[in-house]
Amino acid sequence: METVAKFEISYSQSLNVSSQLNISLEQLAASGISSAELIEFYRTMLLVRIFDTKAIALQRTGRIGTYASCLGQEAISTAIGNTMAAEDVFIPGYRDAATLILRGTKMEELLLYWGGDSRGMNFSKNTQDLPYNVPIASQCCHSIGIAYAFKLRKQPRVAVVVCGDGGTSEGDFYESLNAAGTWKLPIVFVVVNNQWAISVPRSKQSGCETLAQKAIAGGFSGEQVDGNDIIGCHLKLQQAIENARAGNGPHLIEAICYRLGDHTTADDASRYRDAAELEQAWKEEPVARLKNFLSENQITTEQQLESIQQQCSTAVEASVEQYLATQEQAVSSIFEHMYEEMPAGLRAQLTQLESQ
Amino acid sequence: MPEMTLIEAVNAAMSYEMGVDESVIVLGEDVGTNGGVFRATDNLQQQYGELRVVDTPLAESLIAGMSVGLAAQGLKPVAEIQFMGFIFAAFDQIICHASRMRNRTRGRLTCPMVLRAPYGGGIHAPEHHSESTEAIFAHVPGIRVVIPSSPARAYGLLLAAIRDPDPVVFLEPKRIYRAQSENVADNGQALPLDVCFTLRQGSDITLISWGAMLSETMQAADTLAEQGIDAEVIDLATIKPIDKATILESVEKTGRCVIVSEAAKSGGVAAEISAIIAEEGLTSLLAPILRVSGHDTVMPMFKLEQQYMPSVKQIITAVSKVMEF
Repeated sequence: METVAKFEISYSQSLNVSSQLNISLEQLAASGISSAELIEFYRTMLLVRIFDTKAIALQRTGRIGTYASCLGQEAISTAIGNTMAAEDVFIPGYRDAATLILRGTKMEELLLYWGGDSRGMNFSKNTQDLPYNVPIASQCCHSIGIAYAFKLRKQPRVAVVVCGDGGTSEGDFYESLNAAGTWKLPIVFVVVNNQWAISVPRSKQSGCETLAQKAIAGGFSGEQVDGNDIIGCHLKLQQAIENARAGNGPHLIEAICYRLGDHTTADDASRYRDAAELEQAWKEEPVARLKNFLSENQITTEQQLESIQQQCSTAVEASVEQYLATQEQAVSSIFEHMYEEMPAGLRAQLTQLESQ
Repeated sequence: MPEMTLIEAVNAAMSYEMGVDESVIVLGEDVGTNGGVFRATDNLQQQYGELRVVDTPLAESLIAGMSVGLAAQGLKPVAEIQFMGFIFAAFDQIICHASRMRNRTRGRLTCPMVLRAPYGGGIHAPEHHSESTEAIFAHVPGIRVVIPSSPARAYGLLLAAIRDPDPVVFLEPKRIYRAQSENVADNGQALPLDVCFTLRQGSDITLISWGAMLSETMQAADTLAEQGIDAEVIDLATIKPIDKATILESVEKTGRCVIVSEAAKSGGVAAEISAIIAEEGLTSLLAPILRVSGHDTVMPMFKLEQQYMPSVKQIITAVSKVMEF
């Protein structure tokens, strides 16, 4: 008997639970992450946390519909947004506010979407990014087409696609990994493993030791990173994206974090989740981890942190105002954009609806 | 003008459009070196290269979903699902993504893709190779469903489908892939979508059909003519959206209608046409509308498939009933 293939899955972490760096400050500087950038990381994560809190409040008061919180996923989502180039294409799931905001989506656009208005997915800036994807993991197949288009046109662009731990059980996920490896496409798959697919824990989702190892079956590499560690996420994403851009093919990053909120505002996680587990997860969460690091290393003063907090709150409030002031779409908008040109039968239905 | 069979016309249309439009890309299972199991993509890879004529892994959802991604990048994918019986693994991508990408992004992203699939019975194929499930697709808002019934219409309608800015499910009646040849000018001239084609003018009754069943329908019309019944024959061609105007105009003239379809009877396209006439053309009718169709059964394995599918005789019987009403 001989071993014909051997695989390994690594786990990495740069900023640990106690906000200590596992790498030297020199390594950090050499990787291109400056103090100024660390502050920007914090600003984005905090902004999204405030946005998230606000969105839940808006849902509770009937001003948006069901909302899927990003709570606990701020680090990986911010890292994706910061490491992608403008010309790359982002293919989201539906907890990707940080990435989208960094790519130019306005918070009021996201609120419009969650407020039940499709104009929210008509991004004004990142116009080639895909809209939120609600059926799980089907977006992985779209990322294959997008990356294939880059390859066909010989463009040095990368597709970054996100799905959750539950998504890795879907056929579309496997079909996409297989195709990405077959054609050596410029894609980075990010599996945001927040431990819960609604009520089903990671342990019941798959018998695999890691979700990262699913990449091996697709013929390429995968690895785990501490998804609550913005620095580690950033470094791994940066490397994977640059490799893909250089023509070295796909890579999978499993970011291990924790869904600190309910699945959505329509869910009550206390029905199926242990309070002690949640309490422990809060001790590892990404925003406080970076904030402590910034404070302990005198990168920011208390005053600066307060000012960032203030700026973020102001920005979120402004977006809410903008959202609430948006005029509703006319009934005819239901019929618009079904086809480039409205077929006669559809026009007749619209006329009938408008006359009632 | 070259003589072409329907399958050759499909091939010629793709080849023509790939030649004039770099954004057209063909993908599917066995479409490359093998040229497709029916040879629809014969020689395309040799002509246009492996990057534009892509043998995909055996994964239908991927084929459809990848096409959505290609289209979002401005390419025009023409994807083949080897048999319609295997299209259902791709259905989620069609109904959840292809059909609504334009709408849910308010026109920011669009989906100009074609999903081709051979369909229908009559070639003694194995299980899952002979169904006519076009109605399932016709029910989906945001897509077009197009079915050619002759080489010339296959050529012109496929060109139109590829050029259409929205997703088209293009179903090819494989029973007549090689049944007839006709002269087709390979000149890039498309036919219009969203309209029926009147294949035969008549004043006594309107016969509506699509795909392979038009062959039985036309034969029935010939026999009926000998009996002194003057049938108008309409090729529906675009199953979704339906060209109501042509149908209603014809029924207004003839006052009678029989719809011929290979598909299961309940909830089918024939039922939709009947409803259109009932809603908007009732006062033209001199007799009830009848459907000659397949049955609400599993498509039988091939020993009995001929008995399952509508025959010329059944069409004539239905017409006689309507005429005698």
